Amino acid sequence: MPLIQANNITKNYRVGDMDVPALKGLSFEIGEGAFAAFVGPSGSGKSTLLNLIGCLDHPSSGTLKVNGTDISTLSRSAAATFRGEHLGFIFQDFNLVPVLSAFENIEYPLLMVRGWSPEKRRERVEKMVAAVGMTEHAHKRPDQLSGGQKQRVAVARALVGEPKLVLADEPTANLDHDTAYRILNLMKAMRDSFGTSFIFSTHDPKIMGEAELTFTLEDGRLVQEGGAA
Amino acid sequence: MTSTLKLAARNLLRYRRRTLLTALLIMLGVMALLLFVAAAGSFKQTMIGSITDSMLGHLQIHRRGYTQSIDNLPLNLNLQPGAVSKIESALKGDPDVAAYSLRVKLGAMFSNFTENTSVRLNGIDPAAEDATVPALRQRINDGDKAGPLVAPGKVLIPTLIARGMKVKVGDAVVLVVTNASGSVNGKNFVVSGILDGVTGPGGRDGYIHIDDARELLRMDKPEVMEVAVRLKSLKTLAAVQQRLNAKLDEIQNKEGKPATELHLWSDLSPFANIVRMIDMMTLFIRIMLVAIVLVSVMNVMLMAVYERIREIGTLAAIGTQPGKLMAIFLAEGLLLGLAGAAAGIALSYALVGYLNLNPVVFAFGREQITLRPVLDLVEVAGVLGLAVLVSALASLQPAWRAARMDPIQALRHV
Repeated sequence: MPLIQANNITKNYRVGDMDVPALKGLSFEIGEGAFAAFVGPSGSGKSTLLNLIGCLDHPSSGTLKVNGTDISTLSRSAAATFRGEHLGFIFQDFNLVPVLSAFENIEYPLLMVRGWSPEKRRERVEKMVAAVGMTEHAHKRPDQLSGGQKQRVAVARALVGEPKLVLADEPTANLDHDTAYRILNLMKAMRDSFGTSFIFSTHDPKIMGEAELTFTLEDGRLVQEGGAA
Repeated sequence: MTSTLKLAARNLLRYRRRTLLTALLIMLGVMALLLFVAAAGSFKQTMIGSITDSMLGHLQIHRRGYTQSIDNLPLNLNLQPGAVSKIESALKGDPDVAAYSLRVKLGAMFSNFTENTSVRLNGIDPAAEDATVPALRQRINDGDKAGPLVAPGKVLIPTLIARGMKVKVGDAVVLVVTNASGSVNGKNFVVSGILDGVTGPGGRDGYIHIDDARELLRMDKPEVMEVAVRLKSLKTLAAVQQRLNAKLDEIQNKEGKPATELHLWSDLSPFANIVRMIDMMTLFIRIMLVAIVLVSVMNVMLMAVYERIREIGTLAAIGTQPGKLMAIFLAEGLLLGLAGAAAGIALSYALVGYLNLNPVVFAFGREQITLRPVLDLVEVAGVLGLAVLVSALASLQPAWRAARMDPIQALRHV
């Protein structure tokens, strides 16, 4: 069974009295263990599609299944639960909680979302901190970390709950070229280690070349699907 | 819960200056309220103690209608011996009554053989009066403070009369009285003491022995005008009033209506109005505290939510339930209120301690009041609870706003 099944999904936004279509009848499937990219220019619908897959928004029509669950109609609370249990997120601006250390940021989903016991949490977080090479900096707050280190922490936070899928919206946009590649390689390594699927959006041709599967969007339509460009 | 509180505390410390200023504001509000309550409470207790312990007693029983004309000291509204006996029986049977004193009240002409003036007198049984109003003895500023309050043939006179009539302890005086049937009677007395005046009714009365009063009034029966009652604790006042009223209602006049009436000290003293005024002021200060906490905490929490919109979006995106998000912000407001109130309470205890070591003394009427404020634990707990409750209420709207935020919009926020 594919991890993601999208069947003719559309998304319209209401602007004044008009419906503005952002996605126009997309259908595709993504299997488990994928390292996929949604690519396309600004306004092509990449972020909207990631938001739909991430249960942050509902499609206007069509069905969207993630890990076998139809997420098109989940309530606010059920969507939060689904995100907490099955999804991880990596953001362009890292979005770490500034009052928490790197260790605590990674621990947050297990503590506040999953409610794991302290021992189980510590063991898991230590493993993730080591996996992203942040053991030496685990006690530091985000303002004491470089951009690359922050994104490493964000990757660890996204993976700590052992999700099936990690969604990353322009994860390398705020990083220099070398760091961006290191983060992408880290994400690939994590996919290889934990079997987690990664889907990221990008408009950078060099970055999209790192994806094993690409979905090219233009004006809300899927215009190309295939291996690395 | 602990993790939510820990996160809330860290978030509060993120904006140290703002948190400190808000906590300071709450602290000052709490301190102002507690200090006012403590000082006003001390003033009230001192005044109530002075009034009840040195003249009124905690409650008084009269013949029905007597208090309406008490300024004229009527002689035709006396409690008859039968009624007095029943009243005494009721008082002796009540476990919360500590003592009572039968009083014969009368107006007299006071003469020092060269000048005359009028004086209000209480005929008392010295031992019973001593037990009922133990602070009366402390008002004797000149004369024997150790012996019986007043012996037969002796009179305790108020300072005003002693000064005005140039009379001192040991001087002979004459008291002339017109009795209920209009006949005039006089008797020689020796001044045994001079009393400091106190605020309130009876605060400038003189005292003679009850036998002398009856002799002057030529009473052929042991009638009394007033029964002053002292309770073991002022806290039982309402309960005793209820019990005694039930028993006193059984004493009826010829028309089958209750023949007696019972009044609390607060019904008889104008100071009760000042007490009500103080209570009203306390209420207003309490309302001000609520307003301070409400506005300051709500302001801080609204700012916190506005400044952390992206963070809220992130937390929501990674699966934090709306209820948990709400709890994080509620906890912040609650901790802020708690910290401010706790600091206010601590400072209040320190200031109250200082005021007890260096008491404030001031004149109220003819009395010197020494303020010895005490912080009542129930009051302190109430103020703490109020501050925390209002803080939680003030955080409710911002927290609700955070919980209802659309994660996508929040994540896009710049």
